Amino acid sequence: MSWKIKALKKSTWVFHVNTGACNNCDIEVVDLLTPKFDVERFGIKLVGSPRHADALLVTGVVTAQAAPRLREVYMQTPKPCVVFAIGACACGTGIFHKGYHVVGPVDKIIREIDPNAIIAYVPGCPPKPEAMISGVVKAWSAL
Amino acid sequence: MSEGLQELFWILIFPGFVFTVALGLVVSWVVRKVSARVQWRKGPPLMQPLWDVIKLTGKEVLIPEQANRMVFIGAPMVGMAGVLLLSTMLWRITISHSAFVGDIIVAIYLMVLPSLALILGSSASASPHAALGASREMKLVMGYELPLVLALIVVVIKAGSISLAAIAAQAPIASISGVLAFLVSLLCIQAKLGFVPFDIAESETEIASGMLIEYSGVLLALWKIMQAMMLVALPLFMVMVFLGGFGTSGWPLVWGIGKYLLVVVLAVLIKNTNPRVRIDQAMKFFWVFCGLALAAAVVLAMVGNAYGIGWL
Repeated sequence: MSWKIKALKKSTWVFHVNTGACNNCDIEVVDLLTPKFDVERFGIKLVGSPRHADALLVTGVVTAQAAPRLREVYMQTPKPCVVFAIGACACGTGIFHKGYHVVGPVDKIIREIDPNAIIAYVPGCPPKPEAMISGVVKAWSAL
Repeated sequence: MSEGLQELFWILIFPGFVFTVALGLVVSWVVRKVSARVQWRKGPPLMQPLWDVIKLTGKEVLIPEQANRMVFIGAPMVGMAGVLLLSTMLWRITISHSAFVGDIIVAIYLMVLPSLALILGSSASASPHAALGASREMKLVMGYELPLVLALIVVVIKAGSISLAAIAAQAPIASISGVLAFLVSLLCIQAKLGFVPFDIAESETEIASGMLIEYSGVLLALWKIMQAMMLVALPLFMVMVFLGGFGTSGWPLVWGIGKYLLVVVLAVLIKNTNPRVRIDQAMKFFWVFCGLALAAAVVLAMVGNAYGIGWL
């Protein structure tokens, strides 16, 4: 395992991208920073700019409006980086499947510009904070 | 030749680069841990700041297309050089008492350098958020420099000397004007470090890290290292100027570390118990309230000096 990936696992700064979510997953993401879960224990920190990010937490079905922005944000993130598709919508468009405004899911949009992107999926509507932590752990043990 | 090597050793290894960076990373861990404990969280492990820096050096460096490349890359190095010089100077005065007359004025200039570098770097990055951050930082620098210099004038009047070694030999905190000057310059240090009531220039929630928004990879790591080094240099400056300096052995050393940690923890507690102010509020606070308090302190110190009353 290269030192870059090892350091990435020890200190993951995440940027939160909402691509048309109902705000439920977003609230659960913010839950991770509260004293009960406190992901700063593992070096995970929420940052305000994709340039600083190592992981993109994408929530929501990707709408036609949001898709170009998602591609832009992904290209603005310095590599190596990981994409987390949070929630049923981001993983596979969920109940909005075949909706007129849906062009997602997330992995399809990301793979269009980078076929080798590292994408992890955390299903649930919304996923529990425990599920997200376990998703990160599984992704890190697979890398 | 050997003297040149000795100088190089001072700047690069012992009180200089390696030592300051190592200490700075430990202190930035202290800052994060204390913040976490205040918020009833567990907080990051000791090695966390080091891992952050290692990770950032391993990342891709993205430079915006319209950015001025030279300034964009050079600015973090200028800022780091300023803090490095300041830290080396302060430690050498502490350790070997090799002071020169007027070094407090040099220290004032060196302390502005990181803020100037931040303004330069963010203006060069061709991002509207960064431009907003730079303009806020400029106003903030103009705001806090006046009270800081007034506070140092109080100290100079008390000590009767503009040499840091002579100032560090006594503790102006044991007087009314000294306490006023200490409190105000603690807030100025807060603004210099970019801690919360005055982190207007890089407020994450409104302008998305403001000045640093376009920096990534190694360049961001340089900024983080610079901020860690400032966490060493600025509280040390406070200890030397107001609290009677640092010993080099035995109990004075332990006492000195205690005073240093006291300044750091005070800054962290202020950071964690206050909301962010607007830029106009910050300017008003520094110019009107701090300015008036310090004008009073200067008068008190001069009266105390003229009539030989120590506690004024």
